[in-house]
Amino acid sequence: MSVTLTKSKPGALEEVPLIKGNQTFRSITEKISEITERKTALTWVLLFSLAASVALLFFAQIGYLFWEGIGIWGLQNPVGWGWAIVNFVFWVGIGHAGTLISAVLFLFRQKWRTSINRFAEAMTIFAVIVALVFPGIHVGRVWVAYFMFPLPNQMQMWPNFRSPLLWDIFAVGTYFTVSLMFWYTGLIPDLATLRDRAKTRLRKITMGILALGWRGGNKQWKHYEMAYLLLAGLSTPLVLSVHSVVSTDFATSIIPGWHTTIFPPYFVAGAIFSGFAMVLTLAIIARKAYGLENIITIQHFEKMNKIIMVTGMMVGYAYGMEFFIAWYSGNEYEKFAFINRAFGPYAWAYWIMITCNVLIPQLYWSKKMRTSVPVMFTISIFVNIGMWFERFVITVTSLANDYLPSSWDYYSPTIFDIGLLIGSFGLFFSLFLLFIRFLPMISMAEVKGVLPQADPHHYEGEAHHG
Amino acid sequence: MAQIFPKWTNKLPLVVLIAVLGFLTSAVGLFWYFGSPKYTDVGYRPVQPVAYSHKLHAGDLGMDCRYCHTDVERSAHANIPSTQTCMNCHTLVKTDSEKMLPVRESWANKEPIEWVRVHNVPDYAYFDHSAHLNAGVGCESCHGNVAAMEIVELKQTLSMGWCLDCHRAPQQHLRPQDQLTVMNWAAPVNQAEFAALMIKTKNIKPPVDCSGCHR
Repeated sequence: MSVTLTKSKPGALEEVPLIKGNQTFRSITEKISEITERKTALTWVLLFSLAASVALLFFAQIGYLFWEGIGIWGLQNPVGWGWAIVNFVFWVGIGHAGTLISAVLFLFRQKWRTSINRFAEAMTIFAVIVALVFPGIHVGRVWVAYFMFPLPNQMQMWPNFRSPLLWDIFAVGTYFTVSLMFWYTGLIPDLATLRDRAKTRLRKITMGILALGWRGGNKQWKHYEMAYLLLAGLSTPLVLSVHSVVSTDFATSIIPGWHTTIFPPYFVAGAIFSGFAMVLTLAIIARKAYGLENIITIQHFEKMNKIIMVTGMMVGYAYGMEFFIAWYSGNEYEKFAFINRAFGPYAWAYWIMITCNVLIPQLYWSKKMRTSVPVMFTISIFVNIGMWFERFVITVTSLANDYLPSSWDYYSPTIFDIGLLIGSFGLFFSLFLLFIRFLPMISMAEVKGVLPQADPHHYEGEAHHG
Repeated sequence: MAQIFPKWTNKLPLVVLIAVLGFLTSAVGLFWYFGSPKYTDVGYRPVQPVAYSHKLHAGDLGMDCRYCHTDVERSAHANIPSTQTCMNCHTLVKTDSEKMLPVRESWANKEPIEWVRVHNVPDYAYFDHSAHLNAGVGCESCHGNVAAMEIVELKQTLSMGWCLDCHRAPQQHLRPQDQLTVMNWAAPVNQAEFAALMIKTKNIKPPVDCSGCHR
């Protein structure tokens, strides 16, 4: 069998250009660098003040928590895991979109990722930072939090290596480190661009240090691309592993409603679902605020909406399968746990979850809905709400009504539970606002790579443009 | 573009990396060594209210530990002798000694002597002297050769890891019941056989689970 090498443009369908508005290399650089170079806008200052105040409230509450103990939360017997765990899983889940976009889509040669990957990776890092606060503070006695790490000590005491809670720390820690490295590696060429454009000496030095001596030479690009590929390969299994390990925190216990083998894939799908929703929420706002309509196009949003729809249905399938197994297993405790979820004291939360995660994304079957910015913005908010409630439903309903009816109780949050959730958004948005103000929020180097000018080849059957 | 940074800055990332790794390793290492009781506690030798010499009484005069610490085989607590115990002899011996003045005062005023505790196991760790002695662990294993100490000092770390070392492998510390208080004791050549026999006949199973000591 002989292989004939013919150069033909792949894909019979007409390709919609990824980047609109006849962009040149120069216009991309100008557009994106300029955002970090111009004077600080008043709107940004106002938004940042608001976010930073909420973040301050977050830290103040944590201070009070350390002083007073975790009794300030609504935890009680039997609900020993409350909003701290719900918030942790919620934020770690959000952090999943970044690596999926940056690593998995990179390995699958999905060029549309270039417009949103920087953004999504930054969101990932900030979400993981916020997430890591919660396991840190939920131990109550934070000064012994180092016990979570396997450090040599004269007590010869080690964390339980058979417990998923320890592997949770390793998984999230690894995820954070690799995501940070990946994000930073991607930033280097753009930081060098900012350095070269810098007017003041301070900016030259700052960006010069951050750019790590990048000159954009051929050899440097060669190493860079290999490093990027390796990091993408390293991050890809993490997309699956992190939330799988988080799910085993629940699945290895014997609580009905937690003890199921579907948890790891179910959690991963949910994490990607919520992560894409959060990327979408933020991207829509930033795109509008900074006039990036030509770089982040409706086409990008539509693709993300499709992923949201697919993962939303995967989550919906998991909800259904849990009920099926509860019936099929013949285990009366399992059956009770799920009937109780849907029709028990927390039925309101369950149906919020079903509505937001399963029903509302069905609107995306229509192309009109998929491509309408107001609709997708609303849906992304609903998905964020729904995914928070998913974690709430899983954590609280199973604990509140477990094997022993005499200990059943209804869990109600206190003002501090609510305050810490709101405060965590303050921290997240503070970090994110700093990012979009001071760093290029779109990867200039990579966007240039998907412009038609970057691929100046003659394809067979195509008119020669000269 | 003008060069902002001199050439030596090329080495900086490597230096920073080594410094960070070095800092983390030494931080753990320093805490591990200087934070452990081996450094902080061993050698603790407080000044006692009475210039009592264990070397003289238990060493030179050859008194048995249990003459004063009477309940050590029956009680969780190895009792500190009351002034009465001292006066058993010292109503007749060294009755006008300068060093004995606090003891005679205590005897006359009926006020106990406030000895300073040397071996202090935290309250959250349950420890029973009688259980250890009846298993055949000699005094010396934990307290050192007291008969050679002018003033008693802490010889072992009393850390949890140190407890566990023996709980996991007690063989080297088991003695015949009549040699518990012997100081400078050397294990006989057939120690392994003897220990195996003791472990079997006395059913010695030192707990290594959390609730063994943290009850």
